Amino acid sequence: MSEVLRRYGPVLTGIILLAVAVWMLLLVILPQLLMIDFSFRPSLPPSKAGGPEDVYTVRNYATLWTNQIHLTIFLKTIWASALVTLTTLVVCYPVAYYLAQVAPRHRLPVLMLMLVIPFWINELLRTFAWYIILAYNGVLNTVLVGLGLIDAPQRLLGGDGGVIVGMVYVYILFMVFPIYNAMESLDRNQIEAARDLGAGTLRIHRRVVAPHAKPGIAVGCIMTFMLAAGSYAVPSLLGGPQSRWFTEVIYNWFFEGGNWNQGAAYAFILLVLCIGFILLMMRLFRVGLADIAK
Amino acid sequence: MTADRFRRILTTAYLVLFFGYLFLPLGIMAAATFNDSRFPTVTPWRGFTLGWFEALFADERMWTSLGTSLVVAAGVILVAVPLGLAAALLLDRLHSRARSFLYAVMVSPLLTPGVIVGISTLVFWREWFGVTGGIFLTVVAQSSFVTAYAMLLFLARLQRFDATLEEAALDLGASHGQVFRRITLPYLTPAILSAAFLAFLQSFENYNTTLFVRGLDTTLTVYIASKVRTGLTPAVNALSLILIVLTIVGAVVYEILRRREARRLAAVSPAA
Repeated sequence: MSEVLRRYGPVLTGIILLAVAVWMLLLVILPQLLMIDFSFRPSLPPSKAGGPEDVYTVRNYATLWTNQIHLTIFLKTIWASALVTLTTLVVCYPVAYYLAQVAPRHRLPVLMLMLVIPFWINELLRTFAWYIILAYNGVLNTVLVGLGLIDAPQRLLGGDGGVIVGMVYVYILFMVFPIYNAMESLDRNQIEAARDLGAGTLRIHRRVVAPHAKPGIAVGCIMTFMLAAGSYAVPSLLGGPQSRWFTEVIYNWFFEGGNWNQGAAYAFILLVLCIGFILLMMRLFRVGLADIAK
Repeated sequence: MTADRFRRILTTAYLVLFFGYLFLPLGIMAAATFNDSRFPTVTPWRGFTLGWFEALFADERMWTSLGTSLVVAAGVILVAVPLGLAAALLLDRLHSRARSFLYAVMVSPLLTPGVIVGISTLVFWREWFGVTGGIFLTVVAQSSFVTAYAMLLFLARLQRFDATLEEAALDLGASHGQVFRRITLPYLTPAILSAAFLAFLQSFENYNTTLFVRGLDTTLTVYIASKVRTGLTPAVNALSLILIVLTIVGAVVYEILRRREARRLAAVSPAA
């Protein structure tokens, strides 16, 4: 702290601390704490706020266990997000490896730009692109019928399948970049050495490349899972009433059910799920927080 | 040798598939803009038209929501860039466990689902200040995580900063304010521009957070989503196409500038 004061002087230090306090307290920490506090209170009309009924309760959390539909949606959100994460990992690993270790240096700038461009395009627009493909009179149905694979167009929108396919597409780049960044720092000579010593491709990846890329894989999985589990855009565009996502249940508590306390509890459950997933990945890949939050 | 060739063919095929997968859906979406069909599709092709651009430009709600998006983005830039700069300046000078802890808290908004950022902001501001959803809350909610992005950009640039420059200026009698204005700030100018650009993009594209705090205001992304669900015509494709073209131009310019800057730095510092 004295280092800060010495470097910036009292006035500037004061401004810096004030700005950081505004961001951290007013925009991040206090809202989160209040949301948690809110989730443990009953939903009461303003006249009863602070009254004898305004006591802490876990009722809002119990709702998730007693409401079978919500519980099913919650569990579906978990496994579907895990499936999206696993699929993107499998698809991205070879691409990241190629870019980081195999691609000729002169081709890299163009290839990276080709990854950056779709990454920058609005998530909602990328979802919308799949809406057009999956629509009843859309491209995929036309192609499948044309090839004679199916007799008549199928309903591809409005189900879990469409949502998962869309999510893989929309969040795939959040997996490529972290793995690429981690693999890039691996010395190509290490792979050469392993190959010269007689290791096969699989063995090289299992013993040399994958261990080195672990922090990147962990970050990619965390980002993808978090984005998938917390996505509202994809399920609301590609899904339907039969394939509701947990975020849609939360949204309904706020803007249709009018029970904010209940919604806050569900939101906190979603947050705990994501934190739980982060801890799981840290355990699984044996990486620290410093490796992840880079 | 043949095994090697086989592997190369396989790699190429995989890459072609991968990039085809990335770009084909966007291509189809763009192409559907020009199809003279009520529903956005490329099959069947009913003839070329530019009519959907006209329909888009005639839609007043689109212009209103575009205006809202621009106002929100400007607000986010004004809040997130200075706050991110302050946070990076503080972190850069801290060495200890306090730094790791503060760092973890500061990047936590990036690991929080966007809907939760929106919800916590909504609840907090209503309960404490009686503020309900609208442009103001949208700026506040988006800034809470965009600031973290800005902070990371500033921090990355500060790590290559030669702190002895500041030392020398201070020793030569410059005031702290002078050092900041004449040395630190000019050095950070490229990062300020990148941060502002990133903040604009993040804000403009945001959907999940905005949805909860927008109140009765509609940003362009919210407008697109509502159009897709009710009243979808290729006018939405026209808008998407325009946004994609602007994004590509932005991405290319940003990348060129970033690479030029990286080359310049590599040329200046002998360590790199």
